[in-house]
Amino acid sequence: MLGNASLLDFLSIGTVVPAARPWPRFRLDGKAWRALVERMDAADWLLLAEWAEPGEVHIALRDEGSGSIAIASRPCPDRRFFAVGQVRPGAIRLERAIHDLWGLVPEGLEDRRPWLDHGRWPCRHPLAAEKLPPAGSPPPYAFLAAEGEGLHQIPVGPVHAGVIEPGHFRFHAQGETVVRLEERLGYLHKGIHGLMAGKPLAQAARLAGRISGDSTVAYALAFARAVEAATGCEVPARAHWLRALMAELERIANHVVDIGAICNDAAFAMPLAHMSELREKLLRANALLFGHRLSMDCVVPGGVACDLDDDGIEVLRHLLSRLRKRFEKGVGLYSDTPSLLDRTTGTGVVSGSLAHRFGAGGFVGRAASRSHDARKVPGYPPYDDLDFAVPVMAEGDVHARVMVRVQEVRASLGLIDQILAGLPGGACRVDVPRQDGEGLALVEGFRGEVAVWVRLDGDGRVAAAHFHDPSWFQWPLLEAAIEGNIVADFPLCNKSFNCAYSGVDL
Amino acid sequence: MIPPIAHFLFHHLVRGPATLRDRIPADPDGVAELAEAVGVRARARLGRSLAIRMVDAGSCNGCELEVNAANNPIYDLERFGIRFVASPRHADCLLVSGPVTANMAEALKRTYDAIPAPKWVVALGDCARDGGCFAGSYAVLGGVDKVVPVDLHIPGCPPPPKQILAGLLALLERAAAGG
Repeated sequence: MLGNASLLDFLSIGTVVPAARPWPRFRLDGKAWRALVERMDAADWLLLAEWAEPGEVHIALRDEGSGSIAIASRPCPDRRFFAVGQVRPGAIRLERAIHDLWGLVPEGLEDRRPWLDHGRWPCRHPLAAEKLPPAGSPPPYAFLAAEGEGLHQIPVGPVHAGVIEPGHFRFHAQGETVVRLEERLGYLHKGIHGLMAGKPLAQAARLAGRISGDSTVAYALAFARAVEAATGCEVPARAHWLRALMAELERIANHVVDIGAICNDAAFAMPLAHMSELREKLLRANALLFGHRLSMDCVVPGGVACDLDDDGIEVLRHLLSRLRKRFEKGVGLYSDTPSLLDRTTGTGVVSGSLAHRFGAGGFVGRAASRSHDARKVPGYPPYDDLDFAVPVMAEGDVHARVMVRVQEVRASLGLIDQILAGLPGGACRVDVPRQDGEGLALVEGFRGEVAVWVRLDGDGRVAAAHFHDPSWFQWPLLEAAIEGNIVADFPLCNKSFNCAYSGVDL
Repeated sequence: MIPPIAHFLFHHLVRGPATLRDRIPADPDGVAELAEAVGVRARARLGRSLAIRMVDAGSCNGCELEVNAANNPIYDLERFGIRFVASPRHADCLLVSGPVTANMAEALKRTYDAIPAPKWVVALGDCARDGGCFAGSYAVLGGVDKVVPVDLHIPGCPPPPKQILAGLLALLERAAAGG
């Protein structure tokens, strides 16, 4: 019987935590937690996020069979917990980060190196109840070794050649071929968890929109939905539709310029010029209609901060009909240039089995046959009323990731047509009731599924919050994808992933 | 079949580039005037070029998006000789975004030290001034001037490309005045 137990059946051995919405949270003791982790080894339960509080570890899980979602929590009075990373490789870095921030020890985790803590903070375990003094001078980081004849190392970063975010890449190469790549991130760690605690809702929403600037709408939306779930706030229909409009515009703006940038990293600069023009037009439309080029602070708990009038709808219609044609021209430039396809096809392959093991979402997963999209499952309004396809490919190479993104742009353009045609009337914002509670929200950003969990106190303040970026489960796949490729193809592979730095460093 | 790149080349040959080029008020943002002024100042002080090394010291990447936008064909910073360089040793100016995280402070300092004098530092965005909405965190030093001397601050969250252009103009004026 236990062999087929669903996630919710299994978790019912724990105690239900009241006021957790919309999905239940269960508190497990050490034995039950251990049993859960061991069950996860065989069960089709996807890890959505893992985070902690000073005395407790949480994981959000989805039963891929039934679609049900739940949070399991393990109080750690002895500051240790049985590591989920033993059965879910995607959790390894999450648990290293948990140890750095909260000082909770993941038992059984092989890799105990620090992740976010570079030895430069004023204390160790800054979010734990009892902080430790710093260890002294920053310790050198022990990169994983590669052995063999003629191997050499190439250190890259944290400051890179272009205008991009910082991170360190350590290559072991044999001649031109990459034998091993190891990433070291955390340079952008700003202490979001600590900053969120005690913030009034408006300030917290502003901060949520600045976790990853390119996904500001996705994060603001996920935060708003989590707050609304926690407080039981009913958002007017028009707000849902306007939020979707902003989210799809953000998706298109990111996808188009990245498609161009991938071509640029294969030394074909023209598509980037063409695609950045399209992006610029979208950002200007954002500024005109919503008051901010990236639509920052436009999605707020309770609705949206700005309405769209009929003129605005006309402006968008006109813009998008032109953009669609010009985008297709750009796609033609990509797909009819054989020397470019030669660089992208067969480069940086992610196997479908790895994508599934890590639960990689977004275009990285969808280019490797993992079709998940949070707009479909669990789904959220208004997408249940809209018709759109989720593109999936199986090849897993740079070309597949480009083509998935091309198709996602087309799907988003179709979605915007439907949104503009069916935009319901009425108010676009309501007040959020002052109420305590916990909420979890899943939103599909352009990189994949963004998960936000929030606990509110009764005074309209955030007691604790966690933000999970889809790139946690995509970064490790980049290490696998580059293996056996030449060093010169790394920028191409990296850009085709375009993982978040700020979003995962928090 | 005519390859698609031929269409593009022909189109741009006939229609000209997408770059903003109106000299007179036709450009409501005033970007073109601004851009021209930047070009004149850059030439006066630095010969024909200003080489910028950009360092993200903890930003949310919003500033990077807008700096990249300033490089797009519409704003096209490079036509004034302002360009982004890969090595700090080739740079005249360090452009820094973000509240400066503890983990990035050393990398920022070392990049600054690698730039040959005379050099200028521009802090980009609201959080580069004082930490912005990240101020007060254990992991954040709170402003670029905590690590390297700042010559100019460009406000905005993030500053739009036009603002970045205006900021660089102000820097060049300052440089021309011997600051």
